[in-house]
Amino acid sequence: MMEQWMVPFQYEYLVKAMVVCAFVGAVCGALSAMVTLKGWSLLGDALSHAVVPGVVLAHLLSWPLAVGSLISGVLAAGAMTWVKAHSRLREDAVMGVVFTTFFAIGLLGISLYPSQLDLKSIVFGNVLAIAPKDLWQVIGMGGFVALVLLLKWRDMMLFCFDEQQARVQGLNVRLLHAVFLLLLSAMAVAALMTVGALLVVAMLITPGATAYLLTNRFSRMMILSTVFGGVTSALGAYASYYVDGSTGACIVSLQALLFLLCLWWAPQHGWFAQRRREKEVAS
Amino acid sequence: MSEQSNNERVSLVVEDMAVRYGNGHAALEGASFSLEGGTICALVGVNGSGKSTLFKSIMGFVRPSRGRVRVQGLSVREALRKQIIAYVPQAEEVDWNFPVSVWDVAMMGRYGTMNFLRIPRAEDKRVVDQSLRRVGMWEYRDRQIGELSGGQKKRVFLARALAQGARLILLDEPFTGVDVTTEEAIIALLRELREEGCVVLVSTHNLGSVPEFCDRVVLLHRKVIAYGPTEEIFTESNLLAAFGGQLRHFHFEQSTIQSHDGRSVKVLTDDERPLVFGKDGHLEYKNREGREELLQKRKQEP
Repeated sequence: MMEQWMVPFQYEYLVKAMVVCAFVGAVCGALSAMVTLKGWSLLGDALSHAVVPGVVLAHLLSWPLAVGSLISGVLAAGAMTWVKAHSRLREDAVMGVVFTTFFAIGLLGISLYPSQLDLKSIVFGNVLAIAPKDLWQVIGMGGFVALVLLLKWRDMMLFCFDEQQARVQGLNVRLLHAVFLLLLSAMAVAALMTVGALLVVAMLITPGATAYLLTNRFSRMMILSTVFGGVTSALGAYASYYVDGSTGACIVSLQALLFLLCLWWAPQHGWFAQRRREKEVAS
Repeated sequence: MSEQSNNERVSLVVEDMAVRYGNGHAALEGASFSLEGGTICALVGVNGSGKSTLFKSIMGFVRPSRGRVRVQGLSVREALRKQIIAYVPQAEEVDWNFPVSVWDVAMMGRYGTMNFLRIPRAEDKRVVDQSLRRVGMWEYRDRQIGELSGGQKKRVFLARALAQGARLILLDEPFTGVDVTTEEAIIALLRELREEGCVVLVSTHNLGSVPEFCDRVVLLHRKVIAYGPTEEIFTESNLLAAFGGQLRHFHFEQSTIQSHDGRSVKVLTDDERPLVFGKDGHLEYKNREGREELLQKRKQEP
């Protein structure tokens, strides 16, 4: 009986995939706590699509992934800022226009060089067949983001909560803003390698949104979202062996399931708890 | 450390300051005034009169196109670095669902003086503790900020300014959504800060509360229309100049108040304190404490 559930651990590529997914999922989870609180979910979505041309470029020119993603991330963020400042469009429209443009350029690049690039693995991710050189880059980017978050999470918390106060106290808010965008771009690429461009945004939002329902403390929220991201990603990779389906889809479905559970049964902010409180007030 | 080094009297000097935004809109066109330590000053004007622009330039968020701001003789940037300036935001500007406790918010006032990792030292904890006790929010230190009443919320952010050790405290509409009892508690605290030599600059459109606790007033409408002691500045003609047609007046040509009524009048209002002028336009104060001299003078009038 037990052996049946241990099967995936006999395959090295599956174990590797689980470990990588857990790591990327955990770091994305930590970052997602800030993304949800800062109200940057849409920006996360935009960046996750905007890094695709960078990935294509990096593959074609054999550059490191981090360089490609940095270039397209910075270009996209810059383009959004510029269009917003020089048009009367609202922010969501600006983001929509810019990120779809970048995504289209990326897809165009893939379709022009079909022998060197695999559309499916970029859009849907292919962690099971990840090349060793990509693997190390993913780990490197994840490690960098984890380190920055570990050292500067308090600054980021203040930046998310009250930008004005951060400025009044002489913190470099512009730098924090840039660092936040940099971390987002880096994790968007790392997550793209595991779950694919279409589902990156879930990794950067859902764990944080779930943790938000469970606690009133920022530090606890960070820990919870990190754990959620890591555990769901490892489990999703594991489950994908049995359902024989896409790893990314399994991971994100699990995250969504966990979110739904919390949405209903979270002890304080869940739907049932709120109903109970309303009844108590009424009676 | 910041507490001791900031203990000298603070001053705020705004010199001929003009601010023009990117779209060509002139928010301020030459504002000048100066304030010395030990003052509560009201910044009064209609929406769009440049109140928030003035605040932003004192905090260094907007760069004036002309003129300058000096705080304790320093540039804004230096003053910010020395933690001299604190800002208490309007209630609407804050995300009250953010997962932070009362203690966390007060601790944010210490970030400017903390080390690279922002790990609180014993001194930071002591100052935060003291600040929370001072505003009477220590018992609530573990509450999430959204669970507080309007007045308690305000006090948490005041505690943050105290924890910062600031000497120039900017408050934006501090009495919106606050009941009268809390309003009085906040006023009492601001008076204490005045006694300690702070400059408290309060942006408000609540005219009635101004004579109650502000000793100085800056009337703003793109320019400084008038500034100085409240009794001199808060006159009908100055207020009309600042507010144009936007004030409602209720003038009772005759009243039935008699001496045997003890000259007492009751004014009801749904939200804000009313501003009451007596005959010949002298201000009526609800709180007569500390105004004995004025009362004496009035009595001697024929």
